[in-house]
Amino acid sequence: MNFLDLIWLIPLVPLFGAAVMLFFGRRLSKAAISIICPGAVGASLLLSVGAVVQLAGLAQKIHQVTLFPWLPLMKVDMAYLLDPLSSVMILVVTGVGFLIHVYSIGYMGHEGGYYRFFGYMNLFVFFMLTLVLANSYPLLFVGWEGVGLCSYLLIGFYFNRKSAGDAGKKAFIVNRIGDAGFILGMFFLYQITDSLKFTDVNEALRSARFGVEHNFGLLSLTALLLFIGAIGKSAQIPLYVWLPDAMEGPTPVSALIHAATMVTAGVYMVARSNALFQLTPETSFIVAGVGAATSIFAASIALVQTDIKKVLAYSTVSQLGYMFVAAGVGAYWVAVFHLFTHAFFKALLFLGAGSVIHAMSGEQDMNKMGGLKDKIPTTFRTMFIASLAIAGIPGLAGFFSKDEIIWQTHASPLGSNFFTVVGLVTAGMTAFYMWRLMYLTFYGEGRMDEKTKHHLHESPKTMTVPLMVLAAGSVLVGWLGTPKLFGLPEFFRGFEGWLEPVFEPVKALAQEGAEHAEHAFEWFMMGVSIVIAVGGIYVAYYIYRKLRRDQRPSGGMLYPVLLNKWYVDELYDIVFIRGLSLGGGKAFAAFDSEVVDGGVNGTAWTTKFVSTVSMWWDTWIVDGLVNLSAFTVRALSFPVRFLQTGFLQSYALAFVLGLLAIFGYYWVR
Amino acid sequence: MMLHPITVTHYLVLSAALLLIGTLGVLLRRNAVVIMMSIELILNAVNVNLIAFSEHLKTLNGQIFAIFVITVAVAEAAVGLGILIALFRNKETVLIDEIDLLKW
Repeated sequence: MNFLDLIWLIPLVPLFGAAVMLFFGRRLSKAAISIICPGAVGASLLLSVGAVVQLAGLAQKIHQVTLFPWLPLMKVDMAYLLDPLSSVMILVVTGVGFLIHVYSIGYMGHEGGYYRFFGYMNLFVFFMLTLVLANSYPLLFVGWEGVGLCSYLLIGFYFNRKSAGDAGKKAFIVNRIGDAGFILGMFFLYQITDSLKFTDVNEALRSARFGVEHNFGLLSLTALLLFIGAIGKSAQIPLYVWLPDAMEGPTPVSALIHAATMVTAGVYMVARSNALFQLTPETSFIVAGVGAATSIFAASIALVQTDIKKVLAYSTVSQLGYMFVAAGVGAYWVAVFHLFTHAFFKALLFLGAGSVIHAMSGEQDMNKMGGLKDKIPTTFRTMFIASLAIAGIPGLAGFFSKDEIIWQTHASPLGSNFFTVVGLVTAGMTAFYMWRLMYLTFYGEGRMDEKTKHHLHESPKTMTVPLMVLAAGSVLVGWLGTPKLFGLPEFFRGFEGWLEPVFEPVKALAQEGAEHAEHAFEWFMMGVSIVIAVGGIYVAYYIYRKLRRDQRPSGGMLYPVLLNKWYVDELYDIVFIRGLSLGGGKAFAAFDSEVVDGGVNGTAWTTKFVSTVSMWWDTWIVDGLVNLSAFTVRALSFPVRFLQTGFLQSYALAFVLGLLAIFGYYWVR
Repeated sequence: MMLHPITVTHYLVLSAALLLIGTLGVLLRRNAVVIMMSIELILNAVNVNLIAFSEHLKTLNGQIFAIFVITVAVAEAAVGLGILIALFRNKETVLIDEIDLLKW
C-alpha cells in the first residue's frame, strides 16, 4: 500500500468521525462513540506511521499530494505536504491525540454531552492535521483558525458555567489579535516571494535574490507579523493571558489542545518559516527575547499557584517560551525537539492531574490534597516520571531537549549569554514548581474532607494505560536527540538528522566553524543545569516536606504579586477594556452628541427648509404636468378599454382570427 | 389491398389535424388543464412537422429542433401547472371563464 499518496486520508478520517458525531451522535450509545472517535484517530495514527516510514525510504524526503485547485489567483491548491517536519507533527498529533482520546473514554464517562465532546475533539484533530500537513500558508491558516474554533468550543464545553464561556471567548478574541498579524504577514510574504507555497517561498528566500537583512526592513517586518500570529496561538507575552483561563475546559482538552498540540502550532509555524527568520536576525532576536521573557515570567507565576491545572498551564506557557528561545537563536530543530518531548511529558502531567482531579471528586486546589501517593499509585508513578522529565533530570526526555536549548543559546551565533542565564534560572524554577506540585499533591497528610477521602479511587484502565504509555514516551523520546558530546551512535542523534532537509541553513548564512570546540565548557554547562534542576527539587523538598506550614517562607511583598499573576489581567482590564473601550467610548459619546449631532441637526434644518420649497414646486408644477398627461391618456383610451374582457379565450380567438386574416390576405393576392 | 407508402404529405396532414384539434381545444374548452393539454398537442404538431421535413430534407436540424421543443414544452408544462395550482388555491376553480379578473 502506498501510504504517501494517502496522506489526505489522515485528516479526513477524524473529520468523518466528527461528522458522524454531529449528525448521529445524540442517538449513538456511549460504547459506539467510544469506538468511533478514538478509532478514527487511531486509524489516522496508523496511516501516519505508514506514511512516515515510507517517507524515510525516499531519497528526497518530501512528498506532496494535490487534491484540487483552491485559490487559483494566489496559485494555491488544496494540497498536503509531508516532509520531516510535518511528519514529526502528525506523529505527535495522532499519537498523543489517540492516547488522550482513549483516556477521555474513562474521564468523560460520567459527563453529559459525551458525543459533543468527542465530536469536537475529532474535529480538532482534523484541523490540527490540516494545519501541519498544509503545503501553503493559506491552508495552514485554515487549520490555524479551525483549531482556534475547536479550542473555543472545548474551553466552553461546560457551557452552563459562566466562567467557562468567558474563558472561551477570551481565548478566541486574544487569538484574533495574533491572527491579524499572521494574515498581514502572509500578504507581505506573497508580495515578497510571489507565492504562498512553502516549497516556493523557501526556494525563493534561499535563492541569491535575498540576503540577510541586518537593518529592520520588509523581510523583518514580515517575519515579525508572522511571529505575532505565533504569539497569539502559542500564548507568549503579551498575548499569553488566554491560556491559563483555558483550563476551564475538561482536562483532556487541556492536555491535547492547550499543552501538546495546538499551542505548539506557533512554534511549528516559525520553524516552517525558518528560511524567512534566518534572513532576519533582528526579528529572530525579538523571537528569542519574547520567548525568554515569557519563560521566566510564566515560571514565576507558576511558583505560587494553588490550582493544580493552573500550575501546569503556566508551566506550558513557560516551556513554549523555551521553544521560541530555541527558534529565535536559530536552532529550529531544537525547538521542534523540545516541542516533541514536551508533548509527551506535559500531556502526561495534564492527564495525571486529570486523574488526580477525578479521584478527588473534582477538587483542583492543591491545598486540599496531599497523601495521594498510596491511594492512586499508578497516577503517582507516571506523574513522578513526568515531573522528573520536565525538571531536567538526566536520562529523561526533558533533560535532552531543554539542555540542548540552553546550550544553543550559548553556542549559536545568534545566541547571547542573557538567554543562557534566563534559561538556567527558569530551569530551576521549573524544577521547583513541579516538585512543589508533587509534594503538595501526593505526599504528607491528606487535607481533603472525609467524604472526598472516602471516595478516593484509582482511575479506570482506559485512563491509566495512556498514562503509562506516555510515561514510557517521556523517558525514551529524549534519546533521539542526545548531544554530539556523548559520542553515541547516529541513531541517538536521529532527530537532528531527520529534520536537516527542512532547516537547511540559508546559503548566505552558512558559515564554517559553527561547531565550537568547547567540549569542556559544554560538559560544564550540562553539570550546571543538572545542579540547578536538583537544587530546585531540593528547595521544594525542603519547603514542602521539611518545614511545617507555619514555618514556610511567606515570600513577603512578592507573594501577592505572583499570586495575582503580576496583575497583568488587571492591567489589561484598565488599559484596554476600561481605558480604550469604555473611556474611549465616553469621549466618543461626547464628541458624538456635541459635534456630530450639532452638524446633523444643522443639516436637518437646512434640508427641511429646502424641502418645503421643493414641495410647493412638486405639488403644483410637477404633479400638475403628470396629472395632465394622465388625464389625456384616460380620455383617449376610454372607448378602447372595453376590448379587455378579461376572458382568455376571446384573446386567443383574436390571435387565430388575425392569423387567418394574414393567411387569407396572401391567399387572395 | 394496396398499401401506399407513407410520404411527407401524410405527416403534414397528421400535423395539420393535430394543430386544428389543439387550436380548437384552446379556443373552446373551459377547463384550464385541458387547454394546457391542447397546447401540448399544438407543440407536438410542430414536432411532427419538424421530424417529417428533417427526414425529407435529410438534415438533422429538424430533429434537434424537436428536442428543444420538447424541452421547452416540459418546462412550460411545469410552470403552467404550478401557476394553475396557485390559481386553484386562490379561486377554487380551474374553469377559465370564471377567471376574468384582468379586465377593464
